[in-house]
Amino acid sequence: MMKLKREEVLHIAALARVGVTDADVEIMQEQLSNILENFEILKKLDTEGVSPTAQSIALQNVIMKDEIKASLPQEDVLFNAPQREGDFFKVKVVLED
Amino acid sequence: MANFRQQTLYETHQQLKQKQISSLELTRAYLERIQQVDSKVKALVSVTAEKALEQARQADNLIAAGKMTPLTGVPVIIKDNMCTRGIKTTCSSKMLGNFIPPYNATVIEKLDAAGMVMMGKANMDEFAMGSSTENSAFFTTCNPWDLNRVPGGSSGGSAAAVAAGEAVYALGSDTGGSIRQPAGFCNVTGLKPTYGRVSRYGLVAFASSLDQIGPMTQDVRDCALVMNGIAGYDERDSTSATQEVPDYTKSLVADIKGLRIGVPKEYFVEGMQPEVKTGIETAIQKLAELGAIVDWNVSLPSTPYALAVYYIIAPSEASANLARYDGVKYGFSYQEGNSMWDNMQKTRQFGFGPEVKRRIMLGTYALSSGYYDAYYLKAQKVRTLIRQEFDQAFTKYDMLVTPTSPGVPFKIGEKANDPVQMYLSDVCTLPINIAGIPAISIPAGFAGGLPIGLQFIGRPFSEETLFRAAFTYQQATNWHMKKPAL
Repeated sequence: MMKLKREEVLHIAALARVGVTDADVEIMQEQLSNILENFEILKKLDTEGVSPTAQSIALQNVIMKDEIKASLPQEDVLFNAPQREGDFFKVKVVLED
Repeated sequence: MANFRQQTLYETHQQLKQKQISSLELTRAYLERIQQVDSKVKALVSVTAEKALEQARQADNLIAAGKMTPLTGVPVIIKDNMCTRGIKTTCSSKMLGNFIPPYNATVIEKLDAAGMVMMGKANMDEFAMGSSTENSAFFTTCNPWDLNRVPGGSSGGSAAAVAAGEAVYALGSDTGGSIRQPAGFCNVTGLKPTYGRVSRYGLVAFASSLDQIGPMTQDVRDCALVMNGIAGYDERDSTSATQEVPDYTKSLVADIKGLRIGVPKEYFVEGMQPEVKTGIETAIQKLAELGAIVDWNVSLPSTPYALAVYYIIAPSEASANLARYDGVKYGFSYQEGNSMWDNMQKTRQFGFGPEVKRRIMLGTYALSSGYYDAYYLKAQKVRTLIRQEFDQAFTKYDMLVTPTSPGVPFKIGEKANDPVQMYLSDVCTLPINIAGIPAISIPAGFAGGLPIGLQFIGRPFSEETLFRAAFTYQQATNWHMKKPAL
């Protein structure tokens, strides 16, 4: 398997919204490629016709009763907010010109 | 309690019940013990002394009123990824360094209702990603058996705290071995219950289809007592199991005559330490002497693929779960950037440590367009094969026995810069989470003064079988009673 390209690592970092430095990218190229190489072993296994397992228990479509219950007090929820304005979480402008 | 002697949960309960000691006296003794040893072991991220003393007073009231359960008034330590209302829950991450949860995890509610005394929150690998606690953003916990070595991980703080006598028992969480591997490394008993047996509500999510909370205790009797207190259906966890919870202490019967035990050869991996192999073989021999019917020649051929399956599925789920850390609602928040997106990227760049970022990147890659089928879907299909092999084995055997880890605790720093080598220390525990089945690690001897862990694996909801076998083994051996000199 070929080593991940610099552009590929940058692309993944952008998708994951993780900021990276040039040095990070270099290390990640190396380490992620090593890990991915260890995944190659799976190609040896024939999984034709095998259905995928998403979770190990037999539960499906767990439905709760539609009951009104108290939720957490607004003050409790906003307590950890890095920045707030009134009863809102505050962020920088989302939509720019 | 001038001369500290570590006692089991069972013994402690008897003493509290017979009023030989009050919870307040006991709590003070453990706070003193923490003060004496935690500067060496560094198991705890926070010590909640005031809260503990308050809870101890409440517990003494419960005891006086005759409203006592086996957990009432007993000091416990909680891994720092379980939400405690009003008490910092950091996941040993800079990202949650100041996070104070507005609610309790279900396990905390249950222990609270039983009158627990929480001494503090245990160190761990950041967001439970790691096998040594070296990925903690704060510090590395030391193995009480050799302070230059790791306690295992990710629940390394919980394991070390129990081994060092900083609490009577602890809770850990296990996504790929994070209860069992450190239990093995620190000579304590650790159970990963069947997926869904213990509610995950309020457990900070890592890989939701694999995560499970469980007890870390001094022996298997204590393990059963803690399970009685924390297991059960919870409507707030949609993957919670609805099966009735048995009284686990009823399975503490010293008799395994006729128990069919399989030994899967793939778990004796290449590169396994010879003393560990010998120790495990001796332990299995002991089970045979005690009356179990042992088949030494079982094969689970998909086992070598489990590591790859795990390191695709767990990071994929983690990359989705950890998307919530955006610096907006809680946690670390970078605010000097030039836009909202810039702030978000830098929040995640500076808030997460290297291993967490590595796994987020890996998971994002495995789920990204063009690679999904080759990695994620393929891994899910192999997951089916691994499960089927276990199902098949359990038609012939009541239980499987393996090492918990292929080696003894390694030196701090030894594997820190080689993720692939680090991942290998979990090869014997990962397949169990992939299949969602229960497994327990119990002490089984020492190699060069360092503990060896023995793993029992059972079919779904067969915790009672594991307890019975582990109890029988512990009645016949005294490895679990050995304590480190600190």
